[in-house]
Amino acid sequence: MREEVLKVISNEPIAKDTYKMVLCGAAEKQKAGQFVEIKLDGFTLRRPFCVADQDGDRISVVYKVLGAGTRAMTEIKEGEELNTLTSLGNGFNLTLCDRPLLIGGGLGIAPLLYLAKELKRQGKSIDIILGAKNKDELILIDEFSKFCNVYPATDDGSLGFKGNTVALALTVEGDYDGYYACGPEIMLKNLSKLSIDGEISMEARMGCGFGACMGCSIKTTGGYKRVCKEGPVFMRSEVLYE
Amino acid sequence: MSNLSVSLFGYTLKNPIIPASGTFGFGYEFSEYYDINCLGSIALKGTTLEPRYGNPLPRIAECPAGMINAIGLQNPGAEAVVNDELIKLSKVYEGKVIANVGGHSVDEYVKAVEIVSKSDMVFAVELNISCPNVKGGGLAFGTDPKTAENLTREVKKHCDKPLIVKLSPNVTDVTELAKAVEIGGADGISLINTLLGMRLCLKTAKPIISTIKGGYSGIGVYPVALKMIYDVYKVTKIPIIGMGGVSSAENVIEMMYAGASAVMVGTQNLIDPYASKKIIDDLPKVMERYGIEKLSDIIGRAHNA
Ligand SMILES: Cc1cc2nc3c(=O)[nH]c(=O)nc-3n(C[C@H](O)[C@H](O)[C@H](O)COP(=O)(O)OP(=O)(O)OC[C@H]3O[C@@H](n4cnc5c(N)ncnc54)[C@H](O)[C@@H]3O)c2cc1C
Ligand SMILES: Cc1cc2nc3c(=O)[nH]c(=O)nc-3n(C[C@H](O)[C@H](O)[C@H](O)COP(=O)(O)O)c2cc1C
Ligand code: FES
Repeated sequence: MREEVLKVISNEPIAKDTYKMVLCGAAEKQKAGQFVEIKLDGFTLRRPFCVADQDGDRISVVYKVLGAGTRAMTEIKEGEELNTLTSLGNGFNLTLCDRPLLIGGGLGIAPLLYLAKELKRQGKSIDIILGAKNKDELILIDEFSKFCNVYPATDDGSLGFKGNTVALALTVEGDYDGYYACGPEIMLKNLSKLSIDGEISMEARMGCGFGACMGCSIKTTGGYKRVCKEGPVFMRSEVLYE
Repeated sequence: MSNLSVSLFGYTLKNPIIPASGTFGFGYEFSEYYDINCLGSIALKGTTLEPRYGNPLPRIAECPAGMINAIGLQNPGAEAVVNDELIKLSKVYEGKVIANVGGHSVDEYVKAVEIVSKSDMVFAVELNISCPNVKGGGLAFGTDPKTAENLTREVKKHCDKPLIVKLSPNVTDVTELAKAVEIGGADGISLINTLLGMRLCLKTAKPIISTIKGGYSGIGVYPVALKMIYDVYKVTKIPIIGMGGVSSAENVIEMMYAGASAVMVGTQNLIDPYASKKIIDDLPKVMERYGIEKLSDIIGRAHNA
């Protein structure tokens, strides 16, 4: 964890209710799967967001407008400075497997972009399933298409496979020896249907984001673990859903 | 040179700032962020006899001037606190700490206190009789004066160290409780624990946290805490450790004027991991601004002003 004041380089909509914010001034290289927490004026608790990309000292986050905090974020202008905690959480294990499948649902697609770039740098070929309700809500598909084999899945069939990401993964899992996934809770839970194991990135409402309050503890086969400190990335097989 | 030291039960703290229970884990993880030896002391995460997972998620809800928590005393149990957590802490912290104990029955409190009070690192035990987040215990001990007095007396018999009883603000008259635990043999009183509160989701109209209600803390509770400390100071002779919404050195001085011998910082540590250190660093210049040379001189000053 590191407290840093980062400067907003840009803050633009990239899809319906979805924005990309680029911040500069980060001293450390973030690991793919780590997150940052942004202090917003007028809000008590910091807002956690996965690192969607990093280029030198520039970190990007992709966020969806959900409540008052993320709505206020859309008003933040270029040049403003934000108090931020960076390098939070554990990050993905980049040597988990040789032939990984990436699975992203909804906003969970964001952290997989940085992961995919890191895996690509290792010389791995990247296959990714990107899922959303419909074509319009499928984010970052053009960015991924530049260097990955993209398999879209939409609930309404408006693009690619008609159905959810797990249903699609079930049809191709034989080609892979592991996966990395991020997305809605129901998706992560259902990944247990696959015969291969993989890493999932989880969310929880956080008091602190750096391990002090026990606000985010989940049950795992290895005891209680904090999403913000031992996580947010866990092996799917280790997480015990209630 | 301003003098920041205060004394609690004969133990000298280099300054009155103590991170509050539940907002600082078992302390050692904060040593990754700063040298925690600057702290007056540390109050450990609430500890029970057996390990506890606590309440289901979500456990946290935000408020405009604070937060609601329903952790439910997640902790690894008294034995593990002494044998693992305090060993880890001893590697990065030279001072002594306050163990915080919760429970569901007199027997459970007594046994847990016996275990933690034996540790050399513990200079005092804080009895949490005010946790709103555990069923059938905690707060139940902290709302009836007679029950609180009896629990204090029983625990005191088995406690090798000074016993602090932590009071709840969720009562009609906190001074009744303060008097009762003093009669029961408490060596000190700490207050306030969290206020009961809740938040609802605007989309679903359902409570945000899993237990419906939780404990409200943070800057919004400061004036409530200050008033209770002021009132308790008037009716008891034992030292008071004040807390509730403290976020600045100015808050600390005001709380000491009201009667606190030491001050705990809670929620602010969660918002700013450096909060306790920043408050300590700010104290000398704020003392100078108000002409204070020795911090221990100002305890209860409001009552003679
Ligand atoms: C590790 C982690 C990574 C995340 N990464 C992203 C990301 O890359 N992009 C993205 O759009 N969102 C991400 N989220 C979710 C994001 O933090 C929430 O959408 C955001 O905090 C909502 O704030 P709000 O003020 O708009 O909502 P409100 O509902 O008004 O917020 C009230 C409180 O609840 C918390 N909260 C509400 N919803 C969530 C949620 N789903 N998860 C955690 N806390 C919540 C808020 O932080 C705040 O404390 C992530 C969450 C976590 C825990
Ligand atoms: C996340 C959280 C966990 C807490 N856990 C405990 C606990 O285990 N034992 C206890 O006595 N008080 C606990 N408290 C209460 C605090 O120690 C303190 O009394 C209260 O939060 C008021 O101070 P503040 O406004 O500075 O936070 C907890 C508070 C918070 C916010
Ligand atoms: S959010 Fe505080 S421990 Fe994870």
